[in-house]
Amino acid sequence: MSAVQESCEIFSVQQVGDYLQFTVVAPQIAKAAEPGHFVAVGVGGENTAMPLRRAFALYNATPGGEFAGTIQFVVAEHGAGTRWLTQRRTGDVLDIVGPLGTPFPIPAGPSPAVLVGGGYGTAPLIPLAQALLANGSPVEIIVGAATADRLFGEIVAKRLVGAVTVTTDDGSAGQRGLVTDVLPAAIKRINAEIVYGCGPMAMLRAVGDVAREHAIRAQVAVEEAMACGIGVCMTCVLPVRGDDGQSRFVRSCVEGPAFDADRVRWADVGTLPPDLVGADSMGGH
Amino acid sequence: MADMTTRLATLELPNPVLTASGCSAAGRELHQFFDVATLGAVVTKSIMAKPRSGRPTPRMAETPSGMLNSIGLQGPGIDSFIANDLAWLADHGARTVVSIAGSHTDEYVELARRLSGHPAVSMIEVNISCPNVESRGQVFACDAIASSRVIGAVRRAADPSQPVFAKLSPDVTDITLIARACADAGVDGFSLINTLLGMVIDTDTMRPALGGVTGGLSGPAIRPVAVRCVWQVRNALPHLPILGMGGIRTGLDALQFVLAGASAVSVGTAVFGDPSAPVRVLAELEQALDERGFASLTDAIGYAHRGAGQELVNA
Repeated sequence: MSAVQESCEIFSVQQVGDYLQFTVVAPQIAKAAEPGHFVAVGVGGENTAMPLRRAFALYNATPGGEFAGTIQFVVAEHGAGTRWLTQRRTGDVLDIVGPLGTPFPIPAGPSPAVLVGGGYGTAPLIPLAQALLANGSPVEIIVGAATADRLFGEIVAKRLVGAVTVTTDDGSAGQRGLVTDVLPAAIKRINAEIVYGCGPMAMLRAVGDVAREHAIRAQVAVEEAMACGIGVCMTCVLPVRGDDGQSRFVRSCVEGPAFDADRVRWADVGTLPPDLVGADSMGGH
Repeated sequence: MADMTTRLATLELPNPVLTASGCSAAGRELHQFFDVATLGAVVTKSIMAKPRSGRPTPRMAETPSGMLNSIGLQGPGIDSFIANDLAWLADHGARTVVSIAGSHTDEYVELARRLSGHPAVSMIEVNISCPNVESRGQVFACDAIASSRVIGAVRRAADPSQPVFAKLSPDVTDITLIARACADAGVDGFSLINTLLGMVIDTDTMRPALGGVTGGLSGPAIRPVAVRCVWQVRNALPHLPILGMGGIRTGLDALQFVLAGASAVSVGTAVFGDPSAPVRVLAELEQALDERGFASLTDAIGYAHRGAGQELVNA
């Protein structure tokens, strides 16, 4: 693990549906980035009243060739911090820390994989698909969102793998329904051995359930609220079962954001399960 | 160039900028951004006797120029801390201030004993003021007698060569009364201040934003409160050193604490936004002292308390 802090000039800002796709010059981050890594971006400028960074999954990192030394990430406006970001334009400078987190594990050899993205959660799955294709894995991609405007990356995905299924909750694009409605058929089509997912927590949990029904693994990247992104603040924790069978609150910024879906105790998120290591020490004050 | 060396009781430090407890874990993650041995010291996240899960999420809410946290002292327990974190800090040449927290006096005493004689421990900071404990508002540091009991017991149990500092809460009617009680119990100095107890309500869910309902407020929003506390305690007990913290983001912020009476400062929440903040604050503080004509940091400590006509430098 080694992250850097870079002052990054914005190369371009591009509207994609409801999102803004940023391309910024970040040569050191681009060089070290792997699929699933994320960056933490300072917001509000020098005298900001928003002291915490905003985290974004890396969409693309281009260490060499055309656009050498650039990274891309996708921003959805949620509040004051992301609103400030969506007002930045080409030539402005962003303070970015990265690459952060534990990337998606990639099988050593060819391994058929289905990738499931919800909303702009598709972004980190594009470089993942490239890496999987490079090691000879058959890849299918499922892209879903509430509405057509909230989809991301379906055209890039189609160009990359051909086999892309689109779902929307309202039927405004692709098939009406949820990504998990079409996931079982995709798994069967390519005899998938692994499912990757990124998107809202309820979707990740459901993707994990489908994978388990098919007796295959699911690696999912979570989006937890973070204060620091580098592992010092302990705010972004999830209850996760470890190799020793015991569950702990672990940091989604360092041990994640990619987790084995079966290890995350989805039903216990937001609670303090009594069997968690150290939960017994919480009483008695 | 101003002489930046300073002292916290018997502990000599090459410079006055430290990390703040709970904002830098045990230094390892920040070592990606700068050499932790270059700091005055690393102040570790409060450790307790046993492993502790901490509170359910959400644990954090950003507030104007600050943040609320309700981590609840998640930690590995003292055995793992000594075997892993303290060993790593020692291997990397970092001076280390170990923050300890307990549910009762006996736990603080046990922790002080475990750290006694450990060569990697430069100082003990006794966290008697964390708001994220079960009986919120009933923290030791809100009661002079309870504070005095814990500090006295820790001072007796701890290694005599390790200074014992009390970390106090600003959530009291008169912080100097608590400070005096700690002084009478033999404390070697003060860490000022811990977070203020606060609360945010999520207007979408119309429920408290934090899983722990209330949380500790930190960041630049609390800086004036912290400077006031340093000022008051320095006035009341000028012979005891102060480690100042609360919303320090720049060298000039740090200078305010020094002028109010702090011998050193901790940079806390600023690290979340800028992981290299401690080394930047140190460089900026040194420059600020130079610009004001101070030959040494020591000359600036408490300088804002001077009377008329007591000018040391021509500012």
